[in-house]
Amino acid sequence: MFSQFLQFLFSGITVGATYALAALGFTLIYNASNVINFAQGEFIMLGGMLAFYFMQSGLSLPLALLLAIAIPAVVGVLFEKLAIEPARDAEVVTLIIITIGASLVIRGLIQIWLGKGAHSYPAFSGSEPIQIGGATLLPQSLWVLGITALVVVALWYFFSRTLAGKAILATSCNPLAAQLVGINTQWVLLVSFALSAALGAIGGVLLTPITLTSYDVGIMLGLKGFVAVVVGGLGSGLGAVVGGLLVGIIEAMAAGYISSAYKDAIPFILILFILFFMPRGIFGAQVTERV
Amino acid sequence: MALLEVDNLSKSFGGVTAVQNVSFAVDRGLVYSVIGPNGAGKTTLFNLITGVYTPTEGDIRLDGQSIAGVEPHALALKGMARTFQNLQICMNMTALENVMVGAHLQLDRNLIKAMLRFPGIARRDSELKDQAHELMRFVGLERYWNLGASSMPYGALKRLEIARALAAKPQILFLDEPAAGLNSMETGEIDELVRKVAGNDVTVVLVEHDMKMVMNISDRILVLDYGKKLTEGTAKEVRENPDVIAAYLGSNV
Amino acid sequence: MSVLKRQYPLMILAGVLLLLPLVLPNNYYYDIAIRMAINAIIVLGLNLLIGFAGQISLGHAGFVGVGAYASAILPSQFGWHPLLAMGAGAAIASTIAAIVARPIFRLKGHYLAMATLGLGIIIAIVIKNEAAYTGGPDGMPVAPLGLMGFEISGEKQWYWVLAAILLFSFWAARNLIDSPFGRALRALHGSEVASQVMGVDVVRYKVTIFVLSAFFASLMGSVTAHYIGFVTPNIADFFHSIELMTMVVVGGMASIYGSLIGAVLLTALPQALSTFEGWETVAFGSILILCMIFMPKGLVPTLAARFGRNGQEDR
Repeated sequence: MFSQFLQFLFSGITVGATYALAALGFTLIYNASNVINFAQGEFIMLGGMLAFYFMQSGLSLPLALLLAIAIPAVVGVLFEKLAIEPARDAEVVTLIIITIGASLVIRGLIQIWLGKGAHSYPAFSGSEPIQIGGATLLPQSLWVLGITALVVVALWYFFSRTLAGKAILATSCNPLAAQLVGINTQWVLLVSFALSAALGAIGGVLLTPITLTSYDVGIMLGLKGFVAVVVGGLGSGLGAVVGGLLVGIIEAMAAGYISSAYKDAIPFILILFILFFMPRGIFGAQVTERV
Repeated sequence: MALLEVDNLSKSFGGVTAVQNVSFAVDRGLVYSVIGPNGAGKTTLFNLITGVYTPTEGDIRLDGQSIAGVEPHALALKGMARTFQNLQICMNMTALENVMVGAHLQLDRNLIKAMLRFPGIARRDSELKDQAHELMRFVGLERYWNLGASSMPYGALKRLEIARALAAKPQILFLDEPAAGLNSMETGEIDELVRKVAGNDVTVVLVEHDMKMVMNISDRILVLDYGKKLTEGTAKEVRENPDVIAAYLGSNV
Repeated sequence: MSVLKRQYPLMILAGVLLLLPLVLPNNYYYDIAIRMAINAIIVLGLNLLIGFAGQISLGHAGFVGVGAYASAILPSQFGWHPLLAMGAGAAIASTIAAIVARPIFRLKGHYLAMATLGLGIIIAIVIKNEAAYTGGPDGMPVAPLGLMGFEISGEKQWYWVLAAILLFSFWAARNLIDSPFGRALRALHGSEVASQVMGVDVVRYKVTIFVLSAFFASLMGSVTAHYIGFVTPNIADFFHSIELMTMVVVGGMASIYGSLIGAVLLTALPQALSTFEGWETVAFGSILILCMIFMPKGLVPTLAARFGRNGQEDR
C-alpha cells in the first residue's frame, strides 16, 4: 500500500520537476515582459530532440547535452528579437497568438527535420532501479531532481545576489523606472528569453530518457507547466516550483489511483477548478483594479 | 427625503483605509461637489456609490433603498450614471455609437430578435440615433458624430462621456473631474454644460479640482481629507472654514 | 441607410454562392468550397466572441467535437434521428459552455486563454478515451443525414445546404452586430467598466455570446461529421482550435467580412501546401506571427483602413 504510494510519489516528483522548470521559464518571461509564452513547451521538446540528435550523431554525452541546451537558448533569443519585440505594445491576445505561432513554427520545423517518430537515449548513469521502501526509483530521476534543485538554487542566487539578476527584477517591477536608472531593458528581455528557453531545454534533456520524446510533446508539457504557473500564482518564482511539483504529484496520484487513461486531463481539470475557486492561484496576491 | 444618502461609509484596501466613516446626503436637483486634496478618497467614494467597489462598512441609499454592494449595471437601472476621471471611452466605436451605448437599458436587448432583425429593433435603433445626435449637439460635439472615438481630441472625449451618461436619462449623474486636463477655455465650456445638465432636472454630484468652477456652480460642497469628512456646507461656508484652509494650505482656495 | 442598400453585401454573397458552381470544375473543388463554408460559419460565431467581445477562446474545437460525436454516436448506438442528435449535440455543447462560462469570464487575458484551452483539451481527451462509444483514436463512421425520406449525399447537394446555412449565418451575424445587443458586446470590449455603469451586464453578455458561438460550432461539427461520413478525435484537438482562431485573426478581428475571408484563405492554404509534407504547421505559425506583427487587426480591417474607407461603418 505504502510502497505503491511511494512509487506514484517518485514518478510525480520526477515529472513535476520538469513542470517546475517550465513554470520557472514562464515566470521569467512573464515578469520581464508580461508575455505568457505559449511556446515554452517547445523548448522542452527541443532540448530532448536535439540531445537525441547529437548523441545519435556520435557526440559525447556532455557535449550533446550542452548543445541541446545552448541551441534552444539561441532560439529563445531569436524568438524575442523576431517575433516579440516588433509587437511590444500589443494587446494580451495578440501576444498570446504570436507565441502560439512561434510554437507551431518550432514544432513544424523539427517535424520536417527529425520526423514524426518517438525517440530516446540511454539514461545518464545506468538504468538499474534503486529500491526504496518497496518502491523503485530510476537513477535518471535522481538526475532530474538533483539538477532541478541545482538550477533553482542557482536562479535564487542569480536574482538575489547578482547585479544582473536584480536588474531583471527591477525591470519586471517597473520597466520605465529601470530604464531611467540605466538598466538596459532590451538586454534584460533577451536574457530572460534565453534563460527561459534554456530552463525548458534542461527539463527536456533530463526527462527524455524516462519518457521518450517526439516533435509533438511540447504542447502538453508546456501547457502543464503553465498549469503549474497558475497553481502557484502568476509571477511568483517559488510558486512556480511548488506548483510544478504539485501538478506532477497530483497527476501521478490521480493516474495511479483513479484512471491512467485520464492522466493528461488531470492538470486541466485541476486548472479549471483553481481558476473557478481561486482565480489568483495559491500564492497570488489579491489585486483591486483601478478605474 | 434626500435622493442620495451615504451613511458611515468605509472602504479599506488591505491595511489602507481610503474612505472612513463618511456620511452625507444629496437633495434632488442640486449640484453637489466633493473636493479635497489628492488622495483624499474622492474617486474611491464615487466608485463605492456607483457600485464599482463594494463598501467595507456603511450604507448607501438611493431614493430610500439600500444600494451598497449592488452591481453597477443594476444601479444604471435605478437611474444612476457616471463619467470617469481616466477616460473610459470605447475606442473601437464611433462617437455616436458610444452615446448610443448609454441608452442601452431603454432598448430591446433580446439576442434572437436582434439576429433575426425584428422590425421593432431596427426602428427603435434609428430613433435612438436621432436622439444620440441631439445629445451630441447638446454637449457641443455635433461635428464629430460620425468619427471614430479614437480620432477625437481629449477635450471632446471628456464631453463625449457626459453625452453618453446623459443618454441613459439618469436621475443622478456623477462627474469625476470633468475638467481635468482641460485648458481654461474648455473648463469654462464644461462649467456651462454642467449648469445646463443641472437645469434639466438631473442631480449632479461632482468631483473636481478646479476650485473656481466648484465654487461657481455647487449648491453644496463636501470636503474630504485623508478619507474622512472634513466639513460640508455651501461654497461660502466651506471657503471660510479654517480646517479647509489648513488642509489646502499652499493651494489657491 | 436604406433597407435595400443595407442588404447589398448579403446579395453579393448570395450571388457568389449561386455562381460559384459554374466555375467549380469537379467534386474536389466542391469539397474545398464546402469545407470553407463550414469553417466560415464557425468563424463567424467565434469572431463575435474574440473580435467583437474581445474574449479569447483556445478551445472551440472542443465544441465542434461535441457536435460531431453526438451526430456519430446517438443515431448509430441509440437509434436517434440524426436531426435530433444534431440538436442534442448543440444543446450539450451550449450547456457545457454555459456551465463553465460564468466562472471563466470573471477571468481575463492569460487566465481566460488557459481556462478555455483546458476545457477544449478535456473534451478532446474524453473523446479519445471513451473508445467504447467513440472508437477511440481511430474514430468512427457516421450515418448519412436523412431529411423526410430524402438523404443528403454527394458534394453538390451538400454545397447547397451549406450555402444556405452560410447565407443565413452571415445575415444573422450582421444583424446582431448592428443591434443593441451587438453594440453592448463591442462596448464591453472597449471599456468594461464604462459599459457596466451604462447598464450592460457584462458577464451575462460574455456568457451569452460564448454559448452562441459554442452552439454554432457544435452544429457545424455535426454537419462535418455527416458530410464526411467519419469522425476522428482530431476534430476536437488543440490544433483545430488554433486553426479556427487563426482564421478569425487573419481575416480580421471584429470584422464579419474578415471571418469569411479568413476561413476561405486558411482552408485553401493546407490544400495548396499539401505537397509539402509537414510545412503546413510551419506556414500556419508563420502566418500567425507575421499577421500579428504587421497587421494586428487582420486583413479586412487593415485593407479597409488603407483604402480610406471609414473602418467603423465598414464591418
